[in-house]
Amino acid sequence: MPELIRANEPFRFYTKLHLTELTGLRAATLNQLLILIKEVPGSCIYHHTHRFLQQHEYLSPEPPNDFAYWVSEVLGEDRLGERLSSIDTIQFVAIRSLRDKLIATIDDYLKNDPLSRLKFAREGEEFHFIKSVSFVFATNYIAYDLREFREALERITLDSLYFHIFDARLRLEHGFNDFSNWLKNSTGDRELAARLSRLDPYTYTLEELRKTIIEIIDERISSSHG
Amino acid sequence: MAKIEEYAPIVGESIIDDLKLLADKLKGKVIQNINSTAVGGGVAEILSRMIPLLKELGVDARWDLIKGGEQFFEVTKKFHNALHGSPCEITSGDFAIFMEQSQRNIDEAVIYGDVVFVHDPQPVALINKKTDNKWIWRCHIDISSPNHKVWGFLRDFVVKYDAAVFSAPNFSQHLPIRQFLISPSIDPLSDKNIELPQETIDAVLKKYNLRKDKPIITQISRFDRLKDPLGVIESYLLVKKYIDCQLILAGGTAADDPEGIKVFEEVKDRAKQNPDIHILLLSHNNIEVNALQRASDVIVQKSIREGFGLTVSEALWKAKPVVASNVGGIPLQIKHKYSGLLCHSVEGAAFAIKQLLHNPEYAKRLGQNGREHIRNNFLLTRHLREYMLLFLSLYHNEDIVYL
Repeated sequence: MPELIRANEPFRFYTKLHLTELTGLRAATLNQLLILIKEVPGSCIYHHTHRFLQQHEYLSPEPPNDFAYWVSEVLGEDRLGERLSSIDTIQFVAIRSLRDKLIATIDDYLKNDPLSRLKFAREGEEFHFIKSVSFVFATNYIAYDLREFREALERITLDSLYFHIFDARLRLEHGFNDFSNWLKNSTGDRELAARLSRLDPYTYTLEELRKTIIEIIDERISSSHG
Repeated sequence: MAKIEEYAPIVGESIIDDLKLLADKLKGKVIQNINSTAVGGGVAEILSRMIPLLKELGVDARWDLIKGGEQFFEVTKKFHNALHGSPCEITSGDFAIFMEQSQRNIDEAVIYGDVVFVHDPQPVALINKKTDNKWIWRCHIDISSPNHKVWGFLRDFVVKYDAAVFSAPNFSQHLPIRQFLISPSIDPLSDKNIELPQETIDAVLKKYNLRKDKPIITQISRFDRLKDPLGVIESYLLVKKYIDCQLILAGGTAADDPEGIKVFEEVKDRAKQNPDIHILLLSHNNIEVNALQRASDVIVQKSIREGFGLTVSEALWKAKPVVASNVGGIPLQIKHKYSGLLCHSVEGAAFAIKQLLHNPEYAKRLGQNGREHIRNNFLLTRHLREYMLLFLSLYHNEDIVYL
């Protein structure tokens, strides 16, 4: 029975936790929202798109992002709300391109529907720009081979899974995730690396994603023993 | 008191592991919490659960109280109402009383924390004792539209802190210091939230002469004008025209709230003609609060202002459909039509209650969504994590911190 490949470098699972910082910036109209989306730090755009998804993952039906929710529910601009909802947030591999897409969508709407400039949020319902301060640190989970990797995957938090799959795209600014990178570069298992890369993580909840990756790895472990 | 490992079945073992890792990074730091009351109200309740758990995780967290007599607390209650935006007369005598007692507290307080974590306005002036340690002011109050005289007075103290923490985004103010958003939390293992056997619930219903065959609408809150108990009665009476139901208004009063009994009497007086309205003064009987929430068909939180409105989280954790005002921290807990219904008026609340009573399947879905939202965002373990991150953030200025 062939042994599982032992990696040159172990995979160390990290996690990323967030603290929310208030910027004091607020918008009461679409125009103000647009101006601030252009100006705020990237960590603000990150917060209102990515963090929103993590916080609301379990709601059904799932609300899309903070901007879409506010535009629809507070300003009553359903058409723009729908367009902002349909931006596939986490397909963007850089915050700046996601920001550009948000700007273009709102800009276009304002040009075609000038009356929407007149809508105001009621007092207390303004859009508040907030940002994520992120803390990245190593967890106690380390894997030298596929079996250890699988065992750790079962135990890590969803924050950790998110960091290695979704955040990796933003961090590395390419379509790969940390798991595929490690499998390819440290264990030489290009086939499994490619399989995990092809997985479309956006169509799963994080818990389902964990389960699916574990199943793929289980198949790989049993085939290497077969 | 529950041990940290007991939360693992609810939130997952690895979440607890993260807390241990963070606690480890705070080794050697003493966190000194300071507030004004050991019992009653949300702050004392949260601290009484947080401190033992932080200690168990290995963080040297401690809790001290400031002193203050009746006069001082009357003034701070006025401050509290004024910060919430209620009309009230604050005199120079009030500020003098505040300063006099604050000076005594400054003289007597022993400050030993590496991080001094001051809760709410009562102890805010202690900042005058700051040396080279870190100070955080934790505001649990809705100060989105404060009385400017009172806020201006307190602001002079707040700007001397290293950071301020608010419970909702619209509470933040123009301040030259960093401001963080940390929501409070509920403890799923406390008497107020733990699962209860049906017999316990039935016994509480029996004790208060509540019927099981009529829908129950409940608001749990201190007897305080800002919780609008009279408005809840008005909403109930609009619903009652169409649906034969019962209303429970239940809660206690806090040690630092001298106005509570007066409001209780007014509410009782308003309800006395209607045998289906039950006004219950429960002094810190959390099992009974829990049972009443679990026995309810709809839970209401019709506050005019709200520090955060943890009773909403308590209700959602029990998977109950909730109708609540769109104020303070409530919109963080309820996404309208996803995890509850938000309202702005007596009539709006009545309409939402009717919708839920007439559509039990819809009500159930909102409640279930609500429970998962609370599990992810408003349980004590998330709160512990954010407090530890907050303490760590005092030593870092960047947006991405590699620990």
